[in-house]
Amino acid sequence: MSELIQHPALAHHFDSLEQQKEASTLGMWVFLVTEVLFFGGLFATYLIYRNWYPDAFAAASHELDVTLGTINTVVLITSSLTMALAVHAAQLGQRRLLLIFLVATMTLGAVFLGIKSVEYYHKFAEHLIPGPGFQFEKEPVHVRHAQLFFSLYFVMTGLHALHMVIGIGIMFVMWWWSWRGTITAEYYSPIEISGLYWHFVDIVWIFLFPLLYLIGRHA
Amino acid sequence: MASTALLPRRHYLNDGYGVKSWLLTRDHKRIGLLYLAGVTFFFFVGGAFAVLIRLELTTPVGDLVTDETYNKLFTMHGVMMVFFFLIPAIPSVLGNFLVPIMIGAKDLAFPKLNLASWYIYMIGALFTMYAIVTGGLDTGWTFYTPFSTVSSTSNVIPAALGIFITGFSSILTGLNFIVTIHRMRAPGMTWFRLPLFIWSHYATSLIMVLGTPVIAITILLVAAERLFHFGFFDPAVGGDPVLFQHLFWFYSHPAVYIMILPAMGVISELVAAFCRKPVFGYSFVAFASLAIAVLGFLVWGHHMFVAGQSVYAALIFSILSFLVAIPSAVKVFNWTATMYKGSVSWETPMLYAIGFIGLFTIGGLTGLFLASVGLDVHVTDTYFIIAHFHYIMVGGTIMAYLGGLHYWWPKISGRLYNEWLAKFSALVIFLGFNLTFFPQFILGYLGMPRRYHAYPPEFQVLNVLSSAGASILGVGYLIPMAYLMWSLRYGRAAGPNPWGAVGLEWTTTSPPPTENFTETPEVTWDAYDYQSTVDSRQSTFPAES
Amino acid sequence: MPDHIVPKRIYYTIFAILMLCTYLTVQIAFFDLGVLNAVAALTIAVIKATLVVLFFMHVKYGTRLTWAVVVGSVFWLGILLALTMGDYLTRVWRTYG
Repeated sequence: MSELIQHPALAHHFDSLEQQKEASTLGMWVFLVTEVLFFGGLFATYLIYRNWYPDAFAAASHELDVTLGTINTVVLITSSLTMALAVHAAQLGQRRLLLIFLVATMTLGAVFLGIKSVEYYHKFAEHLIPGPGFQFEKEPVHVRHAQLFFSLYFVMTGLHALHMVIGIGIMFVMWWWSWRGTITAEYYSPIEISGLYWHFVDIVWIFLFPLLYLIGRHA
Repeated sequence: MASTALLPRRHYLNDGYGVKSWLLTRDHKRIGLLYLAGVTFFFFVGGAFAVLIRLELTTPVGDLVTDETYNKLFTMHGVMMVFFFLIPAIPSVLGNFLVPIMIGAKDLAFPKLNLASWYIYMIGALFTMYAIVTGGLDTGWTFYTPFSTVSSTSNVIPAALGIFITGFSSILTGLNFIVTIHRMRAPGMTWFRLPLFIWSHYATSLIMVLGTPVIAITILLVAAERLFHFGFFDPAVGGDPVLFQHLFWFYSHPAVYIMILPAMGVISELVAAFCRKPVFGYSFVAFASLAIAVLGFLVWGHHMFVAGQSVYAALIFSILSFLVAIPSAVKVFNWTATMYKGSVSWETPMLYAIGFIGLFTIGGLTGLFLASVGLDVHVTDTYFIIAHFHYIMVGGTIMAYLGGLHYWWPKISGRLYNEWLAKFSALVIFLGFNLTFFPQFILGYLGMPRRYHAYPPEFQVLNVLSSAGASILGVGYLIPMAYLMWSLRYGRAAGPNPWGAVGLEWTTTSPPPTENFTETPEVTWDAYDYQSTVDSRQSTFPAES
Repeated sequence: MPDHIVPKRIYYTIFAILMLCTYLTVQIAFFDLGVLNAVAALTIAVIKATLVVLFFMHVKYGTRLTWAVVVGSVFWLGILLALTMGDYLTRVWRTYG
């Protein structure tokens, strides 16, 4: 097909904006596959050790704050809603709404990270950071394996938090492009693709929350 | 042969001069050449370690280096060769160059990511080289714990980080290929008209994308464990070293298929071109590539038969390992059948191709011996294993890489190389290779363990033969460096299709223009639509004028 | 091919279900169901993730290729977990030596 005026966002090696959009979307999905396997290695590790040390893991999990964890889960799911609404606004060319929802998403992400930092600080104050200073006074018999739990906790939530930080950075770039008018109803795939990444990070937390915070809570 | 051919006036090599035009290029062909420079350099670094290993092993006593230094030699040989040569070589050099052209596209889907992947590769390599020059790594390329995480005093962390970083290069390359092959084929280029090189690279990309992230997290955990003493893999703290091995081999077994599948793709192209016949059983070969990629993920436990995993897991992994040999065998049979009643000519690429077929068959068959738990228990961690994987990686992958390099050199450079020197080198490499590695099968069977710098004196004769072979092999690798470089300046112009082969890459100039084709091709022919000498079938491939 | 625009009320409905599931998973955790606690928690997590994938990530309205990619990634993770656990769960039966 011949387009007399080529869309400014169309890259030279693509034939059409449609092809470019399909390629970028597939590209982001393939990238998310790599992320599934990346976190997957940690979930495999978790699976083995929870299987081996169920009591120590339950005892260690009790030290996590269920209230803060639940609030964070609600915050992240809400941020996924605002992200979906941002894509919706972009599809309809509603620039103001798009900007608002992107800011909302970033803000909720920042709230999540803020609560996480508070939790990490508490762990530090309670001597639950793995290392020479680790103490597990509540049930000293489990101290070795509780340390294993907390190592997993920090690596898994830390890696997740790193992905959140990157996600907020990406959202800022999206906000900037939207503000500058680069994003239109005709060309909104960057918003959609960033949204895919954001939802994925939410999904990781959807699994992290019950696996880390809700072990043996009935005791 | 096009003896009166001229170089095209405008092509990708003269489309912009200067360091910046190369270091900031988005052209997949130039990026392929950047990778060529990188992998060649790291091949010779890994090769240097191999020279020192074979030198030490010429005598039964450990008289060249200490045992600790020897540990570093075989570790760094393995790390450089596996991560910085074998994994990237064919996909990132030949794949990058050819995938868009073979499917009729102007470039890969994400040219900037492609350039980024090269920088990531080089930065990862830099970290690892830093680890090497500041004391080295002695854990084995396999990083088994808890030695690598607790007891080793070598530079584990920078080496681990280097491998972690380079893994992303692999991931990005695979991602790029998958999207490109799905979304950027030229009009008429249906899946079953694709060259088998593309099918192989697609299958390879699936493995890169699915497997590499797992070694990424695993090697990151090794570095983190060394820094923070987490204890995931340390039995003293309640961790399990076998868990490390599960996570490590989940990637590292499919990794060997990353190394061999692109090579098989090259061989399909070479056999078709130099028998002037379609590859026998095209769809079987295509599906075999996918089968290898899938089955390859189900067999990793065969590296752990004596590691302490359960007997029942070992049983399952053993059966699956037998299964994964089947699609590879299908390919070997089909290449052989392709040669039957073909119009066979013995140019250098074809010499490498049949070298591959023979040596890969030997390597693959010995793999079946190792899949059997009863036999593996005796020969594991001996030179039998070393011979097995070198037959596949060197006798297989490197032969295919050289064959492909020679076949597509005229397209890449626009020049022809010296055929006699090339044939001579192929012969030297073949002889040197077999002299180096066949004695190792015998040594392993007789019980010589791997990763030891000394051995019982009765093994010396075979070791001397092996070292002699290695020196011949080394010379064999150096000669192509010389004549290929020479051809860049003094070689005769090749013309668009010096081999008279079928394929989109042969319809464009040598070297191709930056945008690959002056007009988007429309494909109406099958992948290997050669004019048939047997049943007078005409070819619909546009013959070169 | 114009993209399918999902009506906002669908997003709000899914959001409500996700909130409900979150509430449920926390409540269930405080009852002793033995081994079913883990099953319940994971089931709810899978339901939540599926809703996010299908509706927020538009897989329900997307191509079959996208669907295949999603299923493939979950399946491959399954291979890693299943075959690894296959070793650990059968070790008590017998190992070498």
